[in-house]
Amino acid sequence: MKDVKSQASKNTAPGKQGGLNAEIQSRIGHQLRAMYDDVVRQGVPERFADLIRKLDVPPASPQVSQTGDQATNNDGRE
Amino acid sequence: MPLTDALRDDILAAVPSLRAFAISLSGNGDRADDLVQETLLRALANIDSFQPGSNLPAWLFTILRNLFRSDYRKRRREVEDAEGNYAKTLKTQPAQGAHLEFEEFRTALDKLPQDQREALILVGASGFSYEDAATICGCAVGTIKSRVNRARSKLAALLYVDGAEDFGPDETVRAVIGGNG
Repeated sequence: MKDVKSQASKNTAPGKQGGLNAEIQSRIGHQLRAMYDDVVRQGVPERFADLIRKLDVPPASPQVSQTGDQATNNDGRE
Repeated sequence: MPLTDALRDDILAAVPSLRAFAISLSGNGDRADDLVQETLLRALANIDSFQPGSNLPAWLFTILRNLFRSDYRKRRREVEDAEGNYAKTLKTQPAQGAHLEFEEFRTALDKLPQDQREALILVGASGFSYEDAATICGCAVGTIKSRVNRARSKLAALLYVDGAEDFGPDETVRAVIGGNG
């Protein structure tokens, strides 16, 4: 009888420490990723794509002729 | 190593998660993008110190995290409109109920000590291993684990203070279904 009772109470009300905690933690994990992935999904803003492209000066050709692009570099900034 | 096309592509590919990390840390979209920009400039300037074959995202995250830390100390006293600015960075506004829940979460996250917040984000959202997170934060793996655990407990306490009674509709739903049957 004792066994049945304790099992029944386990099924209807999950342990405050174990079951509930795990559920809260999975919810927190989900919210954290949702917040983060919202930004990840925005992709690469043009500003950064430009930046990386323009600073890509090939080290093999150290001529100064390539640096003309630099002037437009910061135009996108507010 | 030299800045090859492949390496440049890899850096570019890391930008979305760098931004997400920066926004999660700072709670401020404009400041986060400045942080990302500074991270990229510093990374490109120091690209020779990157070890080929090592973890590029971890390297970039380390730079960003250190920049944020020094920046944070400087700006500590500034008043921030964290939630408002964060919402502006989102392309689509969540629905009303979800939005409220989201704001609550954001507010709770901002209440965590910085050590705990960054550890939780790196492991729980960026998907870094405890080992990588420890490298990024410059501490022991055990320290990261305990910071993540403390962050989780604190968030649970902040968001679900009343525990079982307040959490989830399961009990109510079960009672209703039971009552009808």
